[in-house]
Amino acid sequence: MPNEEDKNREKHEENNQHQQKKDAAPQSEPGPGDESCAIEMTTMKVQPDAGPAPAQAAAEPAEEAEEPALVRAAYEHPLPIRITHWVNAISLFVMVTSGLRIFRAFPSFGPKIPEKDLIDIPKALTLGGWLGGALQWHFTFMWFFAISGLVYVAYQVASGHYRTMLFTPRDLPGVWPMARHYFFFGPKPPATGQYNPLQKLAYTSTIGLGVLALLTGIVLYKPAQFSWLAFLFGGFHWTRIWHFAAMCGFLAFIPGHLIMVLLHGWSNFFSMLSGWKREPDYQE
Amino acid sequence: MITRLEDKELKRQSRRQLLKLAPVAALGVFAFPKVSDRLVAAGVRFSDWASGAMFRTRHPAQTFSNADVVPFAKFPYNGYDVLDPQVDLEKWTLTVEGDVRHPGEYKLTQIQALPKISQNTRHVCVEGWDVVGSFGGTRISDFLTLVGANTSASFLEVECADDYYESIDMASALHPQSLLCYEMYGEPLDRGHGAPLRLQMPTKLGYKQAKYLDTIRVTNVLMPGKTGYWEDQGYSWFGGL
Repeated sequence: MPNEEDKNREKHEENNQHQQKKDAAPQSEPGPGDESCAIEMTTMKVQPDAGPAPAQAAAEPAEEAEEPALVRAAYEHPLPIRITHWVNAISLFVMVTSGLRIFRAFPSFGPKIPEKDLIDIPKALTLGGWLGGALQWHFTFMWFFAISGLVYVAYQVASGHYRTMLFTPRDLPGVWPMARHYFFFGPKPPATGQYNPLQKLAYTSTIGLGVLALLTGIVLYKPAQFSWLAFLFGGFHWTRIWHFAAMCGFLAFIPGHLIMVLLHGWSNFFSMLSGWKREPDYQE
Repeated sequence: MITRLEDKELKRQSRRQLLKLAPVAALGVFAFPKVSDRLVAAGVRFSDWASGAMFRTRHPAQTFSNADVVPFAKFPYNGYDVLDPQVDLEKWTLTVEGDVRHPGEYKLTQIQALPKISQNTRHVCVEGWDVVGSFGGTRISDFLTLVGANTSASFLEVECADDYYESIDMASALHPQSLLCYEMYGEPLDRGHGAPLRLQMPTKLGYKQAKYLDTIRVTNVLMPGKTGYWEDQGYSWFGGL
């Protein structure tokens, strides 16, 4: 088909020249934010490429040439979400690695005597060098973790942006088809929004994990001041188990999250840096 | 919400938004050990400040029934150096110094003459384990009154027979459950647990509970690098629970 393509390109260039001449005449330019206009223009632009009806295209208004290539894009991640996402990612890395170092000091749950060492966590996976060093990292990044989490939740609620990611009972029927697609090569369900039901479930769960990690962390840090909270978690020993469980939850989420990001390519990853996603796979 | 825009404009918008995220890269300084050492030490100081600000002198730590107390044999011995620094219990006196009206040497009997408090409280180690023990002694606050201490001073420093040393904030020292402890499980403190006198504060971590007390000093100034044996190596100074 190379010939046809060449022909189309020629036609296109002709059109462009034709319009550039017309453009010389001063007229009001549509701003980049002028959406209604932009949408209209795309429909116009597609026609010459389609082949027939060149006459109609030529007769169209002059704006056409100003937008030689319109792309579909969505501003998916507002700045507060992106900032808190990355601060949280760094904090989680530090909290988990320093936390594992702290756990090495007493790798057990329950009473000191008899102590039963449950696991020997390799030093290479830990941060801080020794218990005191790990505690310094933990006690520093707990603030980043807590504040980024609180800002994130506050922003989601205040802006209403949470509706894109909050898992609700309505998402329930969509979970299995999506899981079947990912894990058993089932057909891909059509994308209906920024996140699919499985993503919503995963992201909503991590917020729960964050709340659990934060509250149990407060109890372990200040069990005497927050004795009522310790009571809610079933006492000091149970709180330590819950705190560890929250970490396990994050450790289950993170590899899956990273693999999905890898599989979905650069544009998807880059959107968490720039906010904008090019050519999203959903409508509206 | 899908928008349609020119490729150039999308790139421009993306670039602008990416730049707005740049301040997050400042966290990268933590990758440099020389800088991060100081930053995390500052982080602990900030946490200590917050801990001090939220500390409530009148809020009691949880107490336990006798049934919840671990047997004496299961209460761990924990020392940084030796478990028995060979204190001469017959001749022992507590030296009181600093911002007090009656400095000098105090005998154990003088301390025991003050009202005795017995409490079953949780001893929490910085490593993550804890034991519920039975402790008896006199309130630090009562003893400070006896020696005429200026309780508006900031700190209480202690030195120990095994060269361990500690310092605590006055608010924690004045807490009604903070004891000069001379008994465990109704018996005189044994040598491994700090005979004849130790600190016992259920609102503080284990490493703050100095054993084999030798000297108590009321002061407004702590010498840098002389705030506590473990603290000087990086543990939190406040060490509060």
